[in-house]
Amino acid sequence: MEVALFATCLVDTLTPSVARATASLLQRLGHRVVVPRDQACCGQMHVNTGYRREAVSIVANHVRAFAGSEAIVAPSGSCVASIHHQQAAVARRAGDEGLARAAEELAGRTYELSQFLVDVLGVTDVGAYYPHRVTYHPTCHSLRLLEVGDRPYQLLRAVRGLELVELPGAEQCCGFGGTFAIKNADTSTAMLTDKMANVLGTHAEVCTAGDASCLMHIGGGLSRLRAGTRTVHLAEILASTEEAVEPQQTTKPSLPRATPTVLA
Amino acid sequence: MTATVPPKAPTFLGLPTAPRGVGHLRGDQSFPDAARGALRDGQLRANLGHATTTIRNKRARVVAELPDWPQLREAGRALKAATMARLDDHLEELERQVIARGGVVHWARDANEANEIVTRLVLATGTSEVVKVKSMATQEIGLNEALEAAGLDVFETDLAELIVQLGEDKPSHILVPAIHKNRAEIREIFARTIPGVDPGLTDDPRQLAMAARTHLRERFLRARVAVSGANFGVAETGTLTVVESEGNGRMCLTLPETLITVMGIEKVVPTWRDLEVFLQLLPRSSTGERMNPYTSTWAGVTPGDGPQEFHLVLLDNGRTAVLADEVGREALHCIRCSACLNVCPVYERAGGHAYGSVYPGPIGAILSPQLTGVEDNASLPYASSLCGACYEVCPVAIDIPSILVHLRAEHVEAQQKPTAEAIAFRGLAKAMSHPRLWHLAQRASRLGRLISRGRPTLPNVLPPPVSGWTRSRDLPTPPRETFVESWVREHGSGS
Repeated sequence: MEVALFATCLVDTLTPSVARATASLLQRLGHRVVVPRDQACCGQMHVNTGYRREAVSIVANHVRAFAGSEAIVAPSGSCVASIHHQQAAVARRAGDEGLARAAEELAGRTYELSQFLVDVLGVTDVGAYYPHRVTYHPTCHSLRLLEVGDRPYQLLRAVRGLELVELPGAEQCCGFGGTFAIKNADTSTAMLTDKMANVLGTHAEVCTAGDASCLMHIGGGLSRLRAGTRTVHLAEILASTEEAVEPQQTTKPSLPRATPTVLA
Repeated sequence: MTATVPPKAPTFLGLPTAPRGVGHLRGDQSFPDAARGALRDGQLRANLGHATTTIRNKRARVVAELPDWPQLREAGRALKAATMARLDDHLEELERQVIARGGVVHWARDANEANEIVTRLVLATGTSEVVKVKSMATQEIGLNEALEAAGLDVFETDLAELIVQLGEDKPSHILVPAIHKNRAEIREIFARTIPGVDPGLTDDPRQLAMAARTHLRERFLRARVAVSGANFGVAETGTLTVVESEGNGRMCLTLPETLITVMGIEKVVPTWRDLEVFLQLLPRSSTGERMNPYTSTWAGVTPGDGPQEFHLVLLDNGRTAVLADEVGREALHCIRCSACLNVCPVYERAGGHAYGSVYPGPIGAILSPQLTGVEDNASLPYASSLCGACYEVCPVAIDIPSILVHLRAEHVEAQQKPTAEAIAFRGLAKAMSHPRLWHLAQRASRLGRLISRGRPTLPNVLPPPVSGWTRSRDLPTPPRETFVESWVREHGSGS
């Protein structure tokens, strides 16, 4: 199958290793990956901060960039949820019915990574190897908007070498919430503190999730405390094999190497 | 001397919202400022964490018992939506039925009118004391202050409201107004304020309840006027309903000669049968009980039984304005169960006072700004991480996160002058709509590499608004190359 990868603006700009891992995973599973060059953002940050009018042209760009793609996969539950639940609504509110229909149509072919692997490709064992103690944070939008359920757990349980430990209070928000983390920095930090306490209580080496944004938040807090526990995106764990243990800590600069190697 | 500009004729700015200067819908501080203080109060954090976790788990257990909960929830949502679509008809029917059964109906446009009506009615009885049933509507309009200003003594009889009143405090939760206090703090309040209280009073819950009971019993027996709210008003029969746990409400509703009920206009339900749905949804969602201990219903007056004079005050106070908003009107479906407060991670940490309104938590963050007009409560729609836990538990399926986002947009679109944030977001939107500009913007973000000088993270101290993030969290140094750039370099631009 040909899969168009939507890296998402945050991953593309700040944690490209997550998109790279998503691509190498899909390639390893035998699929052709394309990366539309004109992709930018789904518009979620604008919509959620109150700039829904401004988001319309962002949605239009997204729809243009992915027009004609057979299946679109993003390593972010939150962005996929916005594509499913917000894009058409903001276009429709702005009176652009054509864009709303196109966005709806595209949303029907857009998948969050764990849903794509389990529901569309029908795989839970992706042949990954990751010899670490890992805990999983089910990010709010994956959990409540996309209802990914236990799909990430199914995928993680099939990873060789991986010890999966349960995260207490897993369903509690980490406090990211987009601009909430800045506009309500104190409350956000209080929520983050409790999340970090739960993560650290598991004695996991790695906290993983399906959203790079939430991981940047949790990882940013852990890094500030020099906690040692690192955050690694689900895609990076699933991309890992004996030959190439891929992931770097996402709060580290992503690979200061000159030529990124392609993992095929 | 400069010439005075003649005042402009008032322009019609839509339906009236709740007036300023009366009631408790607006705080003195923005949410982030109020929360900052609350977050440092370790005792408050512990009390809230303990109480919300307990109620949350209780609710989850009793909701899980009902196999038809999703259907019940959908029935509740549908009943509310259908009722709101013909609210005027239902209210007029309610009025007719209440009058037919010997009650008197008053229409109050806002808090001032409602307070005037109730004060006038109480004064006409010649009494100097009023007992109150726990009621959100009367808290909303500041009725106690209005009655006190008229020289009347007002006694809250709900145990938690009594604690708040005796402690000269403010309610911080819809169901449990004193949730921010633990029993040791309550003991202290009782010992200090209840006349003639046993000096050996301990913080044993039973002893505390008995102290309150002795204090209240005397007031129940001599009260001639009671004021209540209503959970539901049934249009077809003119029946008012109060749902409670303690029985103190029942005392107020049955013992005095005069009963005055203040009910928000959204509390009407068309038929008696509709209570079947709501009386299942409400107790399980609010106290986590299968059924609440006391459900009182009354219609008009019955000679020789209960109050012989009954007044129903129907309160608007901004509700019609909420109804006019196609997205926001769902907030009027709320049955005040407070399940959304108990699961909200923001409420759990910041507490109810940070919202500055009698309606705290997620529902308050969508209701208060709509009742007052969003500019009077502009920080509330942002007081949420949009985690969606509130929507998940709401017994009438109010899509709170979507309404929060809608109100944020209403706030942004109400600004006359462009704010720094708006300029930034508009610039970013432009970049994100044009691939070439976007790639330039991404390259510009690499300037961050200069200031981090080879370190894995950006400096802790950065200018606002980024400082909001970096004060407590590291931010990764932007990479040398974006993913799309490296992909295009390796695979060509065709893919």
